[in-house]
Amino acid sequence: MLVLEDVHTHYGKIEALHGVSVEVNKGEIVSLIGANGAGKTTLLMTVCGNPQASSGRVILEGRDITREPTAKIMRSGIAIVPEGRRIFSGLTVEENLYMGGFFNDKADNRKTLDYVYELFPRLKERELQRAGTMSGGEQQMLAIGRALMSKPRMIILDEPSLGLAPIIIQQIFEIIGQLRDQGITVFLVEQNAHQALNLADRGYVLETGRIRLQDTGKNLLANPDVQNAYLGG
Amino acid sequence: MAANTLKHALFCAVVTLVIAYPILGLNLEAEGINVTLAGADTSTVISVIAAAIVVFLFQLFRENILSALKSIPSPLPKTQKEPMAENKRARIESWVLTGIVILALFWPFFVSRGSVDLATLVLIYIMLALGLNVVVGLAGLLDLGYVAFYAVGAYTFALLSQYAGVSFWVALPIGACLAALFGFTLGFPVLRLRGDYLAIVTLGFGEIIRILLNNWTALTGGPNGVGGIPDPTLFGMEFGRRVKEEGNVSFHETFGIAYSGEHKVIFLYLIALVLAVFTALVIRRFMRMPVGRSWEALREDEIAARSLGLSRTAVKLSAFTIGAFFAGFAGTVFASKQGFISPESFVFLESAIILAIVVLGGMGSQIGVVLAAIAVTILPELAREFSEYRMLIFGAAMVLMMIWRPQGLMPVRRIHIPLRKQE
Repeated sequence: MLVLEDVHTHYGKIEALHGVSVEVNKGEIVSLIGANGAGKTTLLMTVCGNPQASSGRVILEGRDITREPTAKIMRSGIAIVPEGRRIFSGLTVEENLYMGGFFNDKADNRKTLDYVYELFPRLKERELQRAGTMSGGEQQMLAIGRALMSKPRMIILDEPSLGLAPIIIQQIFEIIGQLRDQGITVFLVEQNAHQALNLADRGYVLETGRIRLQDTGKNLLANPDVQNAYLGG
Repeated sequence: MAANTLKHALFCAVVTLVIAYPILGLNLEAEGINVTLAGADTSTVISVIAAAIVVFLFQLFRENILSALKSIPSPLPKTQKEPMAENKRARIESWVLTGIVILALFWPFFVSRGSVDLATLVLIYIMLALGLNVVVGLAGLLDLGYVAFYAVGAYTFALLSQYAGVSFWVALPIGACLAALFGFTLGFPVLRLRGDYLAIVTLGFGEIIRILLNNWTALTGGPNGVGGIPDPTLFGMEFGRRVKEEGNVSFHETFGIAYSGEHKVIFLYLIALVLAVFTALVIRRFMRMPVGRSWEALREDEIAARSLGLSRTAVKLSAFTIGAFFAGFAGTVFASKQGFISPESFVFLESAIILAIVVLGGMGSQIGVVLAAIAVTILPELAREFSEYRMLIFGAAMVLMMIWRPQGLMPVRRIHIPLRKQE
């Protein structure tokens, strides 16, 4: 589905990713964990083409997207839930969702909207409310719902648990599991290593711009190095 | 506490004295070739001192006065009444607006020539403000050089008529499109910029256009401006006393009525009215279309908008281009109304005033912007009796306005478009 081959990314002269190779297969949940500043978000942004990789290749469904503009990449069956939710706070919930399906036709959008409301009944209740007035958990649901509106084959989530209460995190992770069951490939980037690895089919550990470990989620959870560094011993 | 208040009140009174005396009291008088400074006469001195005393007392008893003011019941008490249903409200609104437009069509036949002239100016500002509203209010791009596009529209008509004898109706679309082209061109270098940086670049652009017009004497006549811009014609009928161009006939002779200078003024007003309504309707249409939504999305969160596959380039350029287009429209009408234009008409203050209209009206709100355009244009005219204090009053009004109603005269009520049919 998504393959990164020896990707290097620079911010100006500083290299943030030193040759990262990641593979996400169709239908799986892959988690990427790492400490602050390890380059997790940079890796995602490179996939989206902002900034573009300075060398290496990013391949989406067999197509080389390394040099494609962000707008084009984001219209090719891939959706991202950005870090910190980034909903349109002045727009209503419904309008936010509508923006997610901007490039689909109206009939499609109506169907997808029903599907999203089914997934998050909470959003249906808040349909006409300004998105900025909702709680953090609801906003995160909206951000995921908005990403789903484009009917993606693959969804990338950047720290969906950021700043949320444990019970809400639990709910969000359950939904992520459901998405996989419905055939959507999930690439999950998290600091909340325990839950992310628990849910994942496979996982990667990123450290200062390099992949340190890769294994199945269960094996990584059991790995003493991972336990020491990311799971509080 | 009391000592502090006293100190503060004294300080305010002294500031009042220090500022008011030189401004109101001192006069420059010419005696032969020398200029001497004359002191204030007694009545001015007394009123300045009285003003200082008022300021002193107000500051001293500020708390009491303000709390007394608060206890006065508001004329609009909060009620439990539910707001009107949205569709009902929209229907009433559209009826009222249609009524106002129809009234505006007949209004000039009953009032003085001066009022009609002023109303034409108001309509030009409405067009400008509606256009800038797209850029600033909807797309959230702070543009301080908007007057440049206005200048492009005006000069396009002026120069085309001077060098090619092009008439108003031909120049109108050309001027608007050329302004749009300038907007498009300006859009490119500023794509990556936001907020303050964007404001500075657009400010520079506005100045570049003005200075270019000022210095390209061979083409634009420089500071002397371009004169003799023809009035618009009605199906080949001219409004002057004598026909200027061959093949045209004059309006009053065709209809067999006596010549009157008012015909032309009213005709210009009607053109401006039609164009302003056209502008409002087109932009309203845009606001309801996906492109309008994408402007708002970009304003709310650029990263999120891009993550959904919106192209930053396309969204920003469309906003700039459409905004500039309507400025070009307004410019053409302005050139025709004035008959003479010079770079003097397109200084930074104009940009600032148009921006002030958009902010005062409530960013993104069309009705608010129209109201603010009326207020901002007419207020200085009404205050003409105070001649040199006009701008002072104007400034004070704006400061007060922003304190009491920071959201604008009529803040935007977002148009809700249901995706699904409401059951």
